[in-house]
Amino acid sequence: MASHKVVLHFPLHQLNQPVVNNLIKRYDLDFNILRAEVTPNEKGFVVLELTGEEAKFREGLAWLDTLGVTCQPLSEDVVRLDDRCTHCGVCVTSCPVEALYVDRPTQAVVFDTDACIGCGICVDICPPRAMVVQF
Amino acid sequence: MAKTIAEINEKIATGKVVVVTAEEIIDIVAEDGAEKAAEKVDVVTTGTFGPMCSSGAFLNFGHSKPRIKVQKAWLNGVNAYAGLAAVDLYVGATEVPDTDPLNNQFPGDFAYGGGHVIEDLVAGKDVRLKALAYGTDCYPRKQLDSWINLETLNEAVLHNPRNAYQNYNCAVSLGTEREIYTYMGVLKPDLGSANYCSAGQLSPLLNDPLYKTIGLGTRIFLGGGVGYVTWWGTQHNPTVARHENGVPKGGAGTLTVTGDLKQMTPQWLRGVSFRGYGVSLQVGIGIPIPLLNAEIAQYTAVRDSEITAPVVDYSKGYPYFEKTPDLGSVTYADLRTGKVTIQGKEVPTASLSSYSKAKTIAETLKDWIQAGKFELSQPVQALPSADSDYTFKLLAERPVNGGGS
Repeated sequence: MASHKVVLHFPLHQLNQPVVNNLIKRYDLDFNILRAEVTPNEKGFVVLELTGEEAKFREGLAWLDTLGVTCQPLSEDVVRLDDRCTHCGVCVTSCPVEALYVDRPTQAVVFDTDACIGCGICVDICPPRAMVVQF
Repeated sequence: MAKTIAEINEKIATGKVVVVTAEEIIDIVAEDGAEKAAEKVDVVTTGTFGPMCSSGAFLNFGHSKPRIKVQKAWLNGVNAYAGLAAVDLYVGATEVPDTDPLNNQFPGDFAYGGGHVIEDLVAGKDVRLKALAYGTDCYPRKQLDSWINLETLNEAVLHNPRNAYQNYNCAVSLGTEREIYTYMGVLKPDLGSANYCSAGQLSPLLNDPLYKTIGLGTRIFLGGGVGYVTWWGTQHNPTVARHENGVPKGGAGTLTVTGDLKQMTPQWLRGVSFRGYGVSLQVGIGIPIPLLNAEIAQYTAVRDSEITAPVVDYSKGYPYFEKTPDLGSVTYADLRTGKVTIQGKEVPTASLSSYSKAKTIAETLKDWIQAGKFELSQPVQALPSADSDYTFKLLAERPVNGGGS
């Protein structure tokens, strides 16, 4: 079993289709919605944590591709700009999943992209604006 | 045996100087004692990197043809103070653009302001200068709209009236409804988080708590360049309660620092945005402390477990001076573990001041001194200290026409 956090972007013509429903049924995957934004007649995205057999997950991705639904790891959409981060650490108490934490004893701030759920809270409160979330 | 700054400079010139950081001196004094440490080590370097609101820069952008005596000026839309000679400006770190929505849509974003203008200048970027004037016989021009950058400025001088606060509050919220947005960051209700802001054992004034070596004229690391302590800072408050080691139990001494912006780097001057509060500038400062004798060596051996910050409520206590339960104090050693206990509750902590950057500053200054690139200066005047009658007063309000709030 493997778990992947991914961002799916839906083209207009797929917005009315039960894409995620079909995905999990066809490929026997579990899903957990971390974030979603779907607006009729515009584009939409959903951030999912998908769990299942690695081979099935890969097949699912290939199937999504045929539908024109792009899929990329969440870690590519949530980025820390390392040249802007000053390692103050003010973000750590705002991150709900401890994806941002202070390493001790160096007191440097670590960003764990695997733990990140893409909520975007850090983006608003980082003083030097070092965190970027782009869906 | 006591030594002098001149003797230390002689050692710097001949490459014999022994320099350690304020972190490294702790173990040296613990192992060898202060007397021996003062013999062995010549200089202890300190560092701090955090948001310092009382910061800004004087700029002289050169005379235009025809000449203008600027009355109002904006840099990238941020108002710069022009009530000086014709083409001198002062841009303050916390100034926000006239067009900023501020907190009208609460909490405001405060994406750009004076601190960012200073960072952009230091980064060598072009900055748009717009200016208006009323026109005179000698300065007839009434408008100006031009790109400027650091290179084209005659002078660009960082001049910060209050930096390097000696200790500070640990900020919490006793509010019950929502998180609050402060200059100490976002604070969760019901003691949900605690924010602090000091480099603690690395901080300049905590290593020289009674200002025995840091004074007017002290040469320092400022924003990646060389600067000077040019006055004590505004709200300097040396006569506060102190521990036996001289360390103040809360905010105390402050410094005015000045330096050539053209020597500085954006790595050490960073514009910052505090949601719901405003903009500021993160400033990097490092101050060398000459170990002139054992007493000074002992001061520099201070460690985070010996420095305490008072816990202050920012929902009612700080803004309204309302009496709150005594929240006590916490040590920086505890704050740095990521959680402290306040009123029996475990509270997660976050720092506004970057300890890792402070450490890099102390190490950089150590390198500069060891390489013979940075000499120590003899202060020309001491800062008012604990034995002075210098205090920090609140406003004794004298309402005009009955006042109003």
